[in-house]
Amino acid sequence: MAAKIILGIWLAAVIIASFVYMSSTQGLGETGRIIIYHVPAAWIAVLAYLMATVNSLGYLRRHAIRLDRKAKVSAELGTVFCLLATVTGAIWSKAAWGLYWNWDPRQTSIVVLLLVYGAYFALRSSIADEDRRARLSAVYAIFAFLTVPFLVFIVPRVYFSLHPDLINIKERSFAMDRKMLVVFFSSLLGFTGLYAWLYNIRLRLEKLLHRAETRGEKHR
Amino acid sequence: MAVCRKDLRVEFRTRYAYSALLMFAVTVMVTVSFTVGGFLPDSGVAAALLWIILFFSAMAGLPRIFAQEEEKGTAAALRMAAAPETVLMGKYMYNAVLLFSLAVLLVPLFFVLLNQSVLLPGLFLAVLLLGLLGLAAVSTVLAAIVAKAEAKGLLMAVLSFPVLLPLLLTAVKATHNCLAGSREGVAASMLLLFCYDGVILAASFLLFAYIWDD
Repeated sequence: MAAKIILGIWLAAVIIASFVYMSSTQGLGETGRIIIYHVPAAWIAVLAYLMATVNSLGYLRRHAIRLDRKAKVSAELGTVFCLLATVTGAIWSKAAWGLYWNWDPRQTSIVVLLLVYGAYFALRSSIADEDRRARLSAVYAIFAFLTVPFLVFIVPRVYFSLHPDLINIKERSFAMDRKMLVVFFSSLLGFTGLYAWLYNIRLRLEKLLHRAETRGEKHR
Repeated sequence: MAVCRKDLRVEFRTRYAYSALLMFAVTVMVTVSFTVGGFLPDSGVAAALLWIILFFSAMAGLPRIFAQEEEKGTAAALRMAAAPETVLMGKYMYNAVLLFSLAVLLVPLFFVLLNQSVLLPGLFLAVLLLGLLGLAAVSTVLAAIVAKAEAKGLLMAVLSFPVLLPLLLTAVKATHNCLAGSREGVAASMLLLFCYDGVILAASFLLFAYIWDD
């Protein structure tokens, strides 16, 4: 309960700070403020998908249905944050490049992520048996995850991208000043907290649903 | 090996799968050529069309390989007769043979109907080979998953596309270069295709037992 209130205040403070405390970014201008929301959303999406894959691997090793639930919940939340990253990205793209969508390599790879997990949920919904569903979707999640390095690291290098890079590796510098860095990392922390909170709620709900289902079967 | 031979023999006796697959591919090819009409696509568009045709032919024809075992009830016998890895290897070889024999007929037709010429034939064949090997690998293992789910036909394309996208993007780009006669980047693309094929095959062998054993 206390954690929930702190999280709410924290995120509200981040939102206010992103408009008031932080100065507009060099190079990106006022539109650059979206970085405070866009990048953490993408970061959480990747984190959640990573969790989904780790739990899928765990399920194949240990055959515990709770790991399948964790994988499912992570994949769901990952998709929500991935959608947020896509939408904020498209809005920024409209402001900066004049188009909502231009198949920039980053846009391409994020759409593929959405397709992958769309397919994952389609597969889940088409298998009735719980154990079989858990097993096959775990295998698919692992396969899909294997293609991520190809997409994330290779496609942007093969095709030219206009996407701004946060960290300039050649010059070893951040493209942000100190005030912005503070807000950015607070936002990252806030988003991670938000993810943890949502994850716990979803997982508890799934557990209760599962318990209700198995109990219903016993009574019948 | 024996699994592959068994599948080839079953296929040879009935032949309907191969003829249906071939007709499907030819129909798609003719539709593409017909709708493109008088305008001659440049090599970039043509390369994309070639891989779209190959992708959908694979999606239409290859999922049968496991679905038929489940439908005819022979999956249990196969499970007892051979280790999962053997089954996967056999099915993979069968799919690769099927896809190659399809490409042998389809690719010349593609050059004729879409008025293309290839300036680097050797590299083109190598790219095609690597691409088809990867296509066969992904289709085989996903066909095994799809065979146990409902809505098989629909699900196959949905599941395969995102997994195959790195392969398709690379293959289209490399094919385009081969058709247009530019060597630049083809070697890197081929290395990428090779790595992709290797990763998918290795993962298939590691994970297949979880799909196959019920």
